[in-house]
Amino acid sequence: MRRLLTWILSTVAVVVLLFGYKTSTGGAVQPTGTVVAAPGTGTTTAPATAPATSGSTAGTGRTYTGAAAQTHWGTVQVSITVTDGKITDVTVPLYPSGNDKDQRINARALPILTQNTLTNQNADIDMISGATVTSDGYVQSLQSALDQAGLA
Amino acid sequence: MTLTPAIPSAASGAPRPVRHVEQVMGMPISVALRGRHAADARAHAAWTAALAVLREADRVFSAYRADSVISRLDRGELALGERARRDSDGAFDVRRGGRLDPSGVVKGWAAERAAAHLAQLPDTDFCLSAGGDLTCRTLNPDDPPWRIGIEDPHDPSRLVAVVPIHTGAVATSGTARRGAHVLDARTGRAPSGIASVTVIGTSLTGVDIDATAAFARGPDAARWLDIRGRTALIVRTDGSTVLLSHDSDG
Repeated sequence: MRRLLTWILSTVAVVVLLFGYKTSTGGAVQPTGTVVAAPGTGTTTAPATAPATSGSTAGTGRTYTGAAAQTHWGTVQVSITVTDGKITDVTVPLYPSGNDKDQRINARALPILTQNTLTNQNADIDMISGATVTSDGYVQSLQSALDQAGLA
Repeated sequence: MTLTPAIPSAASGAPRPVRHVEQVMGMPISVALRGRHAADARAHAAWTAALAVLREADRVFSAYRADSVISRLDRGELALGERARRDSDGAFDVRRGGRLDPSGVVKGWAAERAAAHLAQLPDTDFCLSAGGDLTCRTLNPDDPPWRIGIEDPHDPSRLVAVVPIHTGAVATSGTARRGAHVLDARTGRAPSGIASVTVIGTSLTGVDIDATAAFARGPDAARWLDIRGRTALIVRTDGSTVLLSHDSDG
């Protein structure tokens, strides 16, 4: 995911560069390589000064959706929203479709180091992962505390 | 989506998950459910079916005899054990002292099969823990992730980390609670230098095996998990931690 995220971010940077180029020249830009294409409509004016009233507008900004690109991980498509010349939103309408689980795991499943002591009142923890929990040790365990706090 | 029961937690205002716990295979099996079928008859039926899978696994694997185990073991299980042995360069071996000892791969595998029953509940998220190894599902990526506390191997009343996970599996292997129950099959001794290994990925079977195998490798655990591209948290015996971040798999 880190690589994918890096790829997406770099792609966004490319799109931004394309915007900048287009704004300064007013001409069409041909994307190179396999990166996401320039804005879907070919008649875009500088978004900073002329927010479009047609096409895919979102709020006060304008949304540009790149062409779907084939990557090592599968098909990726990036969409950005530009408001007053700044990117205000980045979405990824198309993720690699091979394994739906992977993206969710990779996106947010990194361990966050903590020093917290868990108590019954701590509702932020749903389960405990620890070295093999046995029935003998269960009564004293954090998992037991969680279970007792939430038993139906 | 109807959420029941609506007991708001102080922290977020969201309903608390519905919980159940049973003792099976000598360990607590805990489940947390949230969503449409968190607390109704379908939830109860799915939980009962999940427990039945674990009890059957317990019956088969705890009652095994040398002359019958082959016929009763799932063929995939044997292949799994062999793969684990090969991948860990022999540190993990379901055959100990020449006899088949599949307990190292059974727990995660059985729990994953049990979770399949929970996965059939429509519009319902679950997090199932089998003795501290767990598999979770979240259907809507906009919903909050399950938050998994990673136990401090030096003080089980404390956490060393929290893993926010929508869908996936977390397994921890270490010396807590049972003492040195994991031996390096190559030396027959307890591994040194490592207090616990937590592996995060898609498949509970996979992360369970890799956590156990990595822990068995001792000081080599981090390098081995890194090569395998695992997302993992290692707690050393001196209390320091190693965090490995990778594309998750297996």
